[in-house]
Amino acid sequence: MNLDYLVLGAGAHNFNGGDVIATLVIFIVLMALLKKFAWGPLMGIMQQREELVASEIDAAENARKESAKLLEEQRSLLKEARTEAQTIIESAKKQGEVQRDEIITAARAEANRLKESAVREIETEKEKAIAAVREEVVSLSVLAASKVLGKEISEEDNSALIKETIAKAGEAK
Amino acid sequence: MDHGAPELTIGFLTFNLSTVLMLVVTAAIVFLIAFIATRNLKLKPTGMQNFMEWVMDFVKGIIQSNMDWKTGGRFHILGITLIMFIAVANLLGLPFSGIIVGGDLWWKSPTADPTVTLTLAAMVMVLATYYGIKMRGTGNYFRTFVQPMSFMFPLKIVEEFANTLTLGLRLYGNIYAGEILLGLLAGMAGSGAVGFIGAIIPTMAWQGFSIFIGFIQAFIFTMLTMVYLSHKVSADH
Repeated sequence: MNLDYLVLGAGAHNFNGGDVIATLVIFIVLMALLKKFAWGPLMGIMQQREELVASEIDAAENARKESAKLLEEQRSLLKEARTEAQTIIESAKKQGEVQRDEIITAARAEANRLKESAVREIETEKEKAIAAVREEVVSLSVLAASKVLGKEISEEDNSALIKETIAKAGEAK
Repeated sequence: MDHGAPELTIGFLTFNLSTVLMLVVTAAIVFLIAFIATRNLKLKPTGMQNFMEWVMDFVKGIIQSNMDWKTGGRFHILGITLIMFIAVANLLGLPFSGIIVGGDLWWKSPTADPTVTLTLAAMVMVLATYYGIKMRGTGNYFRTFVQPMSFMFPLKIVEEFANTLTLGLRLYGNIYAGEILLGLLAGMAGSGAVGFIGAIIPTMAWQGFSIFIGFIQAFIFTMLTMVYLSHKVSADH
């Protein structure tokens, strides 16, 4: 049964040299055209994309490294700042203590000075008072003696006399 | 239903104009698809560019399954052109199969013509031999004919022709058979109302199957092309 006539009268009857050449020429021309107009640009863009992806990956890697470095830097800076702050606090504390001691010492010295001056003043006042009392006693004694003797003695002579007597009495005591 | 072929003889060359026409149509369609798909190329692909890139990666996968990319990269363009050309050629016969003008059959799959398929197969084998000699040196290349044993020589010679024949005739047979069956079904559909109703379902089924076969055969042809090329080109076989 020859089915060939059904669909395809073409082809298998005899050898068509022209078809061979036509096939080759058409296929090769097609391949050349596609290479120039389609596959070439497409391959170019795919290559470009590959490069882009590679460069992006590199960039990302670099950025990651950079950020890690920065982070490390920041961390060390922070650590440094912390130690510095610690030092500052400690030195401030120490200074404060020193100052406190100084202030206390100064205050103590001041208090002592005040006390001493007060004591000195008291002493002076006491001496003054004693002197006043002595004087009063002398004048009273003179007055009394003049009253007793009935004889007017000059107050100055007597007071000298009595002062002497009292001084003697003081020494004797 | 008998029809002839529109043949034209120039000198000693006979052209089957139908085959030539269909080859040109196939080439035009492939070129248009590829050309339109690769306009306005972007780094971030959209639409048709995705499809073409998928085809490229697919062929790249075929090549890489046979040889390393450093050797096989040069066959990339051949592979993409082959697979698209054959796929389109196989599918062309489906929609208008059997358009007859003036008693001659004009519209068919170009790959349903053994001349075309055998030409492509021979081209592949010639390329394989060329690259085999070019990349391995003449001496190394011809030494493979007597390896591993010298008595293999006749078998190796036969293998060259057998490869060519099977590569071409496999494609031809599949597409030709598909078109014959479609022709029979079309004839049945044209025979009357009962025949038409009876033929609808099988025609649809067979057309669907033919689409599948068309792609599969294009894939097989490209795959075997790369197998033969790698067989000739790489030294570790």
